[in-house]
Formats: sequence, C-alpha cells, structure tokens
Amino acid sequence: MTEMTTSRQGARIGEWLAFYGLSVLVALLLSALLVEATGGDWRPVVSALLDGSLRRPGRWGETLGTAAPMLLVAVGTIISGKAGLVNIGQEGQLFVGAAFATYFGFLVGGPGPFNLVIIVIFGAVGGALWAGVAALLKFWRNVPEVLSTLLLVAVGGQVVAYGLSQSWLLLAPLGDRGNRNQVSQQLPKNNRLPSPEVFGNRIPLAVVIGLVSAVAVSAVLARTVWGFRLRMLGRNSRAAQRSGVSQTGYGASALMISGAFAGLAGAVMLAGGGFAFGNYQLVPGFATNIGWTGLLVALVAREKALVAIPVAFVFAGLRTGSSFVGSTGVEGRITDVIQGFLVLALLVPPAVMFIRDRRRAQAAAAERV
Amino acid sequence: MMSGFFGAIIDIVSSESTYINGALFAAFLVFAASGEFVAERAGTLNISVEGMLLGGAFTSAIGYHLTDSMLIALVTGVAGGLIVAGVQAEMSHRLTADQFVVGLTLNILVFGLAGFLDNEIEPETQLASRWEIPLLHDIPLFGTALFGQRWPFYFLFLLLPATWWIVFRTRWGLELRSVGENPQSADVSGIDVNKRRRQSIYYAGFTSGMGGWFLIFGQIGLFEDSVVGGRGFIAIAAVIFGGWTVRGTVAGCVIFAGALSFRLSVQGLGYQVNSELLQSLPFIVTLGGMAIFAHRVRAPAALAQPFVRGLK
Repeated sequence: MTEMTTSRQGARIGEWLAFYGLSVLVALLLSALLVEATGGDWRPVVSALLDGSLRRPGRWGETLGTAAPMLLVAVGTIISGKAGLVNIGQEGQLFVGAAFATYFGFLVGGPGPFNLVIIVIFGAVGGALWAGVAALLKFWRNVPEVLSTLLLVAVGGQVVAYGLSQSWLLLAPLGDRGNRNQVSQQLPKNNRLPSPEVFGNRIPLAVVIGLVSAVAVSAVLARTVWGFRLRMLGRNSRAAQRSGVSQTGYGASALMISGAFAGLAGAVMLAGGGFAFGNYQLVPGFATNIGWTGLLVALVAREKALVAIPVAFVFAGLRTGSSFVGSTGVEGRITDVIQGFLVLALLVPPAVMFIRDRRRAQAAAAERV
Repeated sequence: MMSGFFGAIIDIVSSESTYINGALFAAFLVFAASGEFVAERAGTLNISVEGMLLGGAFTSAIGYHLTDSMLIALVTGVAGGLIVAGVQAEMSHRLTADQFVVGLTLNILVFGLAGFLDNEIEPETQLASRWEIPLLHDIPLFGTALFGQRWPFYFLFLLLPATWWIVFRTRWGLELRSVGENPQSADVSGIDVNKRRRQSIYYAGFTSGMGGWFLIFGQIGLFEDSVVGGRGFIAIAAVIFGGWTVRGTVAGCVIFAGALSFRLSVQGLGYQVNSELLQSLPFIVTLGGMAIFAHRVRAPAALAQPFVRGLK
C-alpha cells in the first residue's frame, strides 16, 4: 500500500515538473519567436541577459540588490493575499514609503545608524498609511480594495511629485540640486545602508532584511494564532467571523502590513542606493516598477514566502540583464514581454492539475458506485 | 482671490472646449465601461480592461498602418481586444486561475508587447474626419460635443442601446445576470456558468477593442504605449460608481470624464494650478465618488467569486 502511494506521489511530482517545464518552454519559445519576427536573433539576447544578470563582474551582486526590494514587496503581498485581500497598489505604497523615509530622515537628522533606523521605520509607516487609505475605504465605505489600491498608485505618484516640487516638503535647497527642480536632498554618507563587498560584488544589507522578512513572515503565517486567523479569513470569511475573527481588524491590519513592507522596500531602495535605484535621493519615478514586479513575484510564488526568494532573484535577473540587451540591437523592453509570458505560463500548470485532479476524483467516485 | 477662483470655474464651465473634450473622454470611458458592465453583471471583475483597451488601440493602429482603411482598423482593433479577452476568459473561467492575477499580468504583458512592437514597427495613423450632424450640432455649448465629433464617436450611439438591450431584453442577458447573482442556482437550472462568464468577458473585449480604435482615430490620432494611461481602471470604477446599471455607468463615465476635461481646460485657459495635483484630480474624484456611492448600491451577489461546481 505504502509502496503504491509513494510511486503515485513520484508520478505526481513528475507530472508537475513536466507541466511546469513545458509551459516555461512555451513562454520562452514565444519570446524567442517574437525576437526573430522583429528581425532580431534570440541567441545573443539570452547571452546578454546572462551577462547582465550573473556573468559579468559585479553583476550578481547587482541582481541580489535588485531582488531585495522585490522580495520585500512580495512578502507584504503574501500577507494581504493570505487574508483574501487583493492589494495591487504596491508601486504607490513603495513610493509614498520612500517619500516618508526621505522627509523624516531629514527632519530628524540624528546620528548615522540611529537615523538609518528612523528612515527604515518611517518608510514602513508611509507605506502602511497609504495602504491604510485603501483599508479605510474598504471597511468603512465598501470600496473594493482592488480598485482603490490601484487608483492610489496614480494619486501617490502625483502627490509625491508635488512634495518634490515644494521646498518645505521634499525639494532640496537650491545649492544642492543644481538646475534640477524635482529632487530631494541626498542622504548623508552615514545614513546609507552599508554594502559589504563579497567576491567583487557589492552585497547590500537590504538582502539580509529581505531574507529575514521572508523567513519570519513564512513562520508567522504558518505557526502563530494570528497567522492562522488570517488564513482562515482568507479561506472562508464567514466561518472566520463566526469564530471571532474580526474582518475589519484583521483585514485592515493585513492590508496595512502589506503596505508597510512595500514602504520598507522603498526606504531600503533609498538608503541602499546604487542598483539603478538612483543616488540616495528621491526623484519622480523613483519606484521604477519594483512594486509591480514584486507583486508578480508574490503571485508566481503562489503566496509562499520562501518560494518568493528564488522567484525574486529570477525576476531581478531579467531586470539587471535587460540593460545589456540593448547592445544586441533588440529593444530592451523585450524583458517585460518575457516576464509577462513567464508569469502567464506559470499560472497554467496548477490550474490544469486542479482540474485533472477533480476529474480523476470524479471518475474514482463513479467507479465506486 | 475668491472671485478669481469663481471666475475661473465659470470660464471653464462656459467654454465649449470643456464639453468637447469631456465628451471625448466620456466616450472612451463608455466604450470600455459598457463591456465591463456586462462582465461584472456576470460576476467577473476583469481588471484586464486596461490591457484590452491598449491591445485594441495598438492592433487598430497596426491595421490602419497596413491597409490605410479605418474600417479594417476597427476589425483588427476589435480582434486585439478579443485576443486579450480570450486569454483572460480562458485562463480565469476555464482553467480557474485567479482572475486578478491573470488580469494584472495581462495588463503588464500587453503594455510590454505594445511598447516593444511600437518601437519596432512605428505604425502611422491619423484622425478620422469630422461628421457634423445637421441642426443638432448647432445647439450652443454641447451641440458640437455630442453631434460634431469625428465619426468613430457615433458608434457609441449604437453600442450603448445594444448593450442595454442584450443584457435586459434577451434570454442570454437574463442567464448572464443570473450567473452573476447566484451561480449555484444558475448551474442547477442548466446554465453553463463559466461559459456565460467567458462570453461576457469576450463582450468586454469587443467593446474595449472598439474603444481602443476610437481612441486612436476619434481622439488622439497616434499610438503611444501611454495612450490609455490607467483609464481602463477608471472605467471599472465607473461601473461600480454607477451601481451596476447602464444609466449609472454612463453617469459615472461623464463625471470622471468631467474631471479629466477640467484638468485640460484649466491649463488651456491659462490658469496656474499645481500640475501634479491637477494630474491626480480624476483619480481622486474617482476614489471620492466610489467612497460616497459604493456602499449605497447592491453589487451582483457573486461578483468576483470564481465558480467551481461542487465547491462552496
């Protein structure tokens, strides 16, 4: 009996792998076809992607540094997702978080490491407040959070841009900004996240923050009462409410914590600098799609915080690799397309397996009758 | 200061261009929202409307680029919308993948694809000619806005009644609404729930593809990857704002379009208002509108709940 189940399990795992392999292959084939159809060649694109993300000196450190904020965003998304809430406004929450971090970083202006903590904390607070607006609209006025979080991305971008144009908010004093008119002051050297060098690669501390968060959130969701209640709310909100889980309380806090992680990602990008996140200062468009990509990471990882770690690395690799693709004569935006195809492809196998399992169960039930 | 403010408001309200722009913005939203309305009555919430609009706009621009015919562009535009709708419908209501995940990914994918191919092909397009309906377009203030537009605009006058009639006067529409209210009972009475939902999303793809075509040939005249710029989401908000009725949806579109047009007029008439805050005005109005009205109306009972027979 046990032998049979293990062989069945083996077959099942094989099936899963075959399905995933096949759909990823189809996604990559489609991308390659697209490159060929527009007169390019796919081989140099692949090699440029690998060069840009891993092979060239210093590049895998760059990829790790890019993956860190994505992972933070993804971890937050997983928390709200487990509670059955669809938060898709991380891009805005990240930007607002970064703005809070900048503002309070300069307002407090304490000694180095202390101020760094202030920056990180207020980044999280900013993101949480921005998600809190959506939570308020949801639980007080019944506005679907799918839409409110999304619309708040547009509003957040403009509000921060406004802040960047006002010297009493975020705009740097005249001497520090040259002829630019929408830029914050640069964080002083002792307020930046250190990036120790390992094998010629700068590894930012943000990576550690991201990994610790992923592990911690995974444990909290799986092992604590709070996590259990959150998952119960997500699976069956009515049953959860009957057993005393406040939908408003747990839902709103899940949404705000998810925003806090996005804001934390923003603060880390600000204080970490480098890695195409600018120069330790806030500018319009600072978020550069990290929020959106982090959201995709969470979705592809199927709301498992530990799975999000490798997924974030792959997506960060596509991003760092894309800057090298331009030299092959193919538009760098092809990586956006590859990413989209990949995500869609990764959605198919679990859905197909679900339907197959149901069919098999039904057939087995019919046999028994 | 105050008189200046009111003077500005009066200037804007009495300027004909406010109405013309407003009608154009509203028309674009109505194209998208009428399809999304049908989809939401069937119990789906597809945020891929944004992608359908962009896909439709892009494929119609390509269609015109290749054939120089705006009618063929309409066909290719609708086809573009339908392709995006097809992925959304088949993946979320046949394969039971999460509809928000699919929708969001589609938006990002279409944005990437359109941007990538736009840079490779650079389609050339132009605006359609203006049709002025005799007598009616002479009405002061909003005559030109409603009856003196470019000809793609007038498809709206066909689409809107057709949408109402299909949803409220046909058997298909009745089944569609039952699927959105109580899929379990609909299923028991022999309606293929997920099939109706897929069809409703195809309808949204159809109207959004048309909306994309309208955007290119009736309003802007050229394609960029930023032409839609989040207005698909405003169209979804309009449906919610309108309480899932045709009338309300159109009203929502008009109000949100008013905010979009107001923004243009303020700048056009030379008033100095902070441009960032003005940019976010339509989104703030949309959020505010939903905050006021969203809890007063009754949503389709099964909105955004996936249906799998035997579960739940």
